[in-house]
Amino acid sequence: MTPRTIRAWSLVHKWSSLVCTAFMLLLCITGLPLVFHHEIGHWLGTEAEPPALAEDGPEISLDEVMATALARHPGLGGMFVSKEPDDDRVWYVTLAPTPRSHEGLRQVAVDARTGEVLAEPSLDSGFLHLMRSLHIDLFLGLPGMLFLGFMGLLLLVAIVSGVVLYAPFMRRLRFGEVRRDRSRRARWLDLHNLVGIVTVVWLFVVGATGVFNTVADLLVQHWQDTELAEMVAPYRGMAPYESTGSLQAALDAARAREPDTKVRFIAFPGTSFSSPHHFGVFMRGDEPLTSRMSKPVLVDALTAEVTDSRDPPWYLAALMLSRPLHFGDYGGMPLQVIWAILDMLTILVLGSGLYLWLARGARREGAPEVAGQGAAAGGRFESAGGTLR
Amino acid sequence: MSGPRRFARLWGGPILFGLLSAVGLVSGLLADGPWDWVSWIGLGSVCAACAWYGLLSSKPSR
Repeated sequence: MTPRTIRAWSLVHKWSSLVCTAFMLLLCITGLPLVFHHEIGHWLGTEAEPPALAEDGPEISLDEVMATALARHPGLGGMFVSKEPDDDRVWYVTLAPTPRSHEGLRQVAVDARTGEVLAEPSLDSGFLHLMRSLHIDLFLGLPGMLFLGFMGLLLLVAIVSGVVLYAPFMRRLRFGEVRRDRSRRARWLDLHNLVGIVTVVWLFVVGATGVFNTVADLLVQHWQDTELAEMVAPYRGMAPYESTGSLQAALDAARAREPDTKVRFIAFPGTSFSSPHHFGVFMRGDEPLTSRMSKPVLVDALTAEVTDSRDPPWYLAALMLSRPLHFGDYGGMPLQVIWAILDMLTILVLGSGLYLWLARGARREGAPEVAGQGAAAGGRFESAGGTLR
Repeated sequence: MSGPRRFARLWGGPILFGLLSAVGLVSGLLADGPWDWVSWIGLGSVCAACAWYGLLSSKPSR
């Protein structure tokens, strides 16, 4: 690499990092508790805890579950009913003033075996809500999400340029060498290079899947406007149903249509995941990979007849598969702990990068920046490395 | 040092831990049971490398 290309990549690395670092630190710090959101919810007492029963037995009717939830919030109507992928024992019923409301939503967690109300998880307050909002959209909705996506793109640029710069900076050093006998700045530079290069594949994957998820709403919107619109086209122009039939019957119909699947969530008529005349029943597989994908089955809300069911398009399949790679929720507690350690190592890389920039003046008295190159190339590389300042 | 040897000296470590990360990221996603262990070992090795080189390996550089 010529000094000129090193200088160019250094500028790219410096500016892409400087612009995104503050936000990436925020994402790392808020992401850390989110890795353990189940455990923290359990600890805070906000998580629904189904009691252990001698025998789990058959589930009670979903219509009963709905009646229980609605009785707690008269005046609201059904919006979604869902189950967590790792717990069949709890139905989460989301109620709202209208199927498209954004405010006034309430959630009731109901034991699927006994019909007991287990909890009323708060949807808009609490520690985890704060962490989640700061992590996803800075409380700014779609613009905030897209802004963080752009910051994530800058992180990816910083990662690529950092890998390019690894070679000139490490030419005279052994892998993993940390010069402890040199200046503090040299030591932090070596640590930055070591931790950065070793975690690079993980950080790139988590960064890229995070960026991808910032456009999730736009992709879902596109799917609703195209494929979902096509699926419900035969009902276009019909007056909305006055009332709906049995939710349990709709679920049974969807299960009969997709026999080897489990329900992930059901959208009530009138939401953006159904039509005014359908329950949108989203079924998932039961294997590690297929459990991440949900397939829409549209069921007539009055007759409980399945009217259409299609595999999600490629972009939604990719989106659903990208999520575990961002969340680290697919390998039990050991993987969560590893995710947390890698998250903290990322904070170290960001922090040391910031320090190297802030302490840029100290380099003049210290050793050459690009190890050994200064002497080898008659001082030219030293000034090239120095452009990182 | 010859070209390939120089390349291996510079990039051998990064490529090794890159591959371990990639295998760790994918294996847990595709299957459960023993593949979760592959995942933990693959990504755990990255954490271990940071700890070893960053904290423990304090041999003088030359």
